[in-house]
Amino acid sequence: MAPAALPSSAVSLRGAVALSGRFPLLAGVDLEVAVGETVLVEGPNGAGKTSLLRVCAGLVPLASGRLSVLGLDPARNRTTVRRRVGLLSHDSHLYDDLTVIENVRFAVRAAGGDTSRIDPACERWGLVGRLAKTPAGKLSAGQRRRVALAVLTARWPEVWLLDEPHAGLDAAARTLLDQAVLEAAGAGVTVLIASHESGPVEELAARAVTMTGGRVTAERSLVPPSTTKAPSVAPEIAPDVPGAAREDGRVAHVA
Amino acid sequence: MWRDAALVAGKDLRIEGRSRVALSQVAPFGVVALVLFAFALGPDRQVMAKGAPGLFWVAVLFCTVLAIQRSVSVESSDGARDGLRLSGIDPAGLYLGKAVAVAAQLIVLEVLLAAGVVLLYGARIEVPWMIVVSCVLGTVGLAATGTLYGALLSGLRVRETLLPFLLLPIAAPVLLAGTRIWQAAMAGGTPASGLQWLRLLVVFDAVYLAVGVVLFGPIQETA
Repeated sequence: MAPAALPSSAVSLRGAVALSGRFPLLAGVDLEVAVGETVLVEGPNGAGKTSLLRVCAGLVPLASGRLSVLGLDPARNRTTVRRRVGLLSHDSHLYDDLTVIENVRFAVRAAGGDTSRIDPACERWGLVGRLAKTPAGKLSAGQRRRVALAVLTARWPEVWLLDEPHAGLDAAARTLLDQAVLEAAGAGVTVLIASHESGPVEELAARAVTMTGGRVTAERSLVPPSTTKAPSVAPEIAPDVPGAAREDGRVAHVA
Repeated sequence: MWRDAALVAGKDLRIEGRSRVALSQVAPFGVVALVLFAFALGPDRQVMAKGAPGLFWVAVLFCTVLAIQRSVSVESSDGARDGLRLSGIDPAGLYLGKAVAVAAQLIVLEVLLAAGVVLLYGARIEVPWMIVVSCVLGTVGLAATGTLYGALLSGLRVRETLLPFLLLPIAAPVLLAGTRIWQAAMAGGTPASGLQWLRLLVVFDAVYLAVGVVLFGPIQETA
């Protein structure tokens, strides 16, 4: 038997309509995202960016239209799609009474992820030593975001859905995040980044689509990202980046 | 499914081990309820001993409501429920894991409440194994129904008030069967006298566990 053909589109939406009660979250979205492509989804608050990502993650069903993620219909292949997709949302999905490392372990195991990636991921986000043993309920918003990012990078799914990924992060963590996104894109991961501030994340994407009123209303090309480029970081912050090697005040490489 | 169930049960029990909500809040509540029942019944030890089986199970039901509410609230903060859905975890495993964690907490609570009934009400247990079997079967039934209804209401803002309203009538067979088995065990009756009620508990448990395993996934997606 011939092997199944790989899908050319990682995410494909055709006339996608999603509702919350009678309120339209998506009002007919058409979008194609190729495998390995990084796309910035921009637009004002309430444009439907978060809803688009939640639909792609299979959390919100379509009322009409068609959705395919990695060649699969999330409504029919819920578990398979969800295990191959990672969503970084406004919530961190953490249990306050569990420690940082316990939260990461549980999330990765629940998703059937490779547990050998947990420690490197925690090190990458600076979640080591005392911080790793701190209950999540005592973390700051930025630290909770780091834990969520550690889960994402430990799982390393095929599609990353990042909702306002820089929100709550300090400069060092933003640099780490940018590095992780570039690394993932270089490894063939498909990335959708939703942001109402296009500036800082434009460097990461090759294409930007603009959403307004639950629809994709515009599209533009961006400068293709380089997987080797190093986002700048303030010299006084760079030493705090775990595993970061510095060159001329910029983080040149993150272990 | 079993791997996911063990993972979720371990997580919920670890959270309980840290927060100690069941031990520091639910258990004292159950004991206070027993004491208040004793006040209401008066000083007559015979009356208290006679009412002990029913009062024990009423206290267990109240504690079940609190334990289920805690189990649901653990998944409500910081989008944890969405996190579980996104992980692609087996819904049946999730249901069984949460039910096992609730059941484990209820068993501990029942041991405390049973001791309270013996000490406060002067209840004498003649056939201990019937008490043990009724508690195990009753706990499974309460955890199975409670976890299911907890998931059903998890997306509602009024779930705290709605849960007892829906759960307590559904759990009435457990109250009835458990009370009858305790009465038989306290009267030193033959096992046959409590057997039909044990059968009722077995059927109740099997039905609700099967319904929960099948329906928990769809409920979780729509709640």
